[in-house]
Amino acid sequence: MSTRELLIQATYLVASVLFILGLRSLTSPPTARRGMQQAALGMLLAIVGTLLHQQIVDFRFILLGLVLGSLIGYPLGVFVPMTAMPQRIAISHMFGALAATLVGITEFYDAANGLRVAHARMAALGFEVLFGALTVTGSFIAFGKLQELLPGRPVTFRGQNAVNGLLFAVTVALFAWLVVHPATPGAFYLMAGLSLVVGVSLVLPIGGADMPVVLSLLNSYAGLASSATGFAIGNNVLVIAGALDGASGFILSVVMSKAMNRSFANVLFGAFGAPAEGAKKLAEGQTVRSVTAEDAAIQLAWARKVIVVPGYGMAVAQAQHQVRELADLVEKNGGEVLYAIHPVAGRMPGHMNVLLAEANVPYDRLKDMDEINDQFREADVALVIGANDVVNPAARNDRGSPIYGMPILNVEDAKSVIVLKRSMNPGFAGIENELFFSPRTSMLFGDAKASLTKLIAEIKQQA
Amino acid sequence: MTFVTLYVFVLAGFVGYQVITRVPSLLHTPLMSATNAISGISLVGSLVAAGARESDVATVLGTVAVTCATINVVGGFLITDRMLKMFHTHERPPREEEK
Repeated sequence: MSTRELLIQATYLVASVLFILGLRSLTSPPTARRGMQQAALGMLLAIVGTLLHQQIVDFRFILLGLVLGSLIGYPLGVFVPMTAMPQRIAISHMFGALAATLVGITEFYDAANGLRVAHARMAALGFEVLFGALTVTGSFIAFGKLQELLPGRPVTFRGQNAVNGLLFAVTVALFAWLVVHPATPGAFYLMAGLSLVVGVSLVLPIGGADMPVVLSLLNSYAGLASSATGFAIGNNVLVIAGALDGASGFILSVVMSKAMNRSFANVLFGAFGAPAEGAKKLAEGQTVRSVTAEDAAIQLAWARKVIVVPGYGMAVAQAQHQVRELADLVEKNGGEVLYAIHPVAGRMPGHMNVLLAEANVPYDRLKDMDEINDQFREADVALVIGANDVVNPAARNDRGSPIYGMPILNVEDAKSVIVLKRSMNPGFAGIENELFFSPRTSMLFGDAKASLTKLIAEIKQQA
Repeated sequence: MTFVTLYVFVLAGFVGYQVITRVPSLLHTPLMSATNAISGISLVGSLVAAGARESDVATVLGTVAVTCATINVVGGFLITDRMLKMFHTHERPPREEEK
């Protein structure tokens, strides 16, 4: 090994260690920042190390890419608002996967279109391009849905699963063929093209509420594609970083699926189409009690313990700052305010936590489901803001409900429940929510931000 | 490509699994953006592709790949830091580094 090669490998080794330490630091908020800064340093080292590579003879295009990437990356890192975080994450899965896919195609092309590719290497390249390309378009569709360029509801048609299954089978068959016969460029490029189509058809039928699982899965795929790149070019730091990324995405998808009591297969292929019939009937013959901001404010002003249950509606209305302001008032009156965060509240893992942290809510008030569920009994008011399915008792009581079995927050245990909701339209899954008809529940209709602003004004007046 | 690479992959996967299962759900979004930033390490492949002058196709695709990976590195680490900065237990976020 030459000195130069040794130096390069040393930077990779240091980078790998710093990456793992960086992720380890994320186990607690006080250590997290420092750890990630060290991981960034590791990245810088690895990049500088790579630039020493003997094969690199021309730096002009490298510089062009680095400058262009920094110019686009900087605003994406600094100016994107926290409310746009799900689509921001989706688009970065796309960039990561695109980089891996393009390197894979380059490797194949430069090896005389597969003529000089050994079988094992072809397996790595094929995997890289297949999963990479699929993640590129899949993430782009997810981005489009989250950015509301595409309809958020599932796009479905008859025989969709059969068509998708066939597409995927053909793509995998081409992959298998390539491993045996690497020197078939036609099969390679057809596989890449079909993978792009598979990505689209995989994500189109998936609705907004299932986005946390999809984003996690795409995260995992992007990581595995990177790892495969590492196999193909014999680079260990890439293998390690890809494996970490893949593991992270996989763990998150498992957590998210569990929180919805659904399997991967069900999320991917079981788009919530027509609403369940039995659930619809519930609405007839029952009345909801709507409440004025004034009455709700009195309840909140005198409450000793308030548990806020945020949902996607809070994110849409960008009401997190008003939530914090209201909590401050309750606390000033001597009450305690906690936040109950369901794992799949919002559109990505941890969505609500980030929004509330942005609004300056101390993180020790943000409680996950297991931690807070027993405390609802002691709460004077449970304030539900734009959450629906995660507080729907049908998940426990109604065997016919599509969300039956999903763990939910025990909101109905609270002494009283105030629900901030735009209208009586059922939530994403199209399921009526029994909670809204409970005698303990009062509904405050309107945009979450506007309702909260009214509540704040009312409480201030009473003080 | 050697069998050793497979060892590295499997062991890194195990380490990743052990480390990441301990990340609290509180930090799941920063975790996602952090792994995104780290996956920008695919630069080590794309830099060589863009600069090795093997073929025009490689140079063009490599340059695009360098751009994409750089976006994730720069944007990913910046946004992760921005998010982590927001998590605090005090009434006011600490101005300087803790400890």
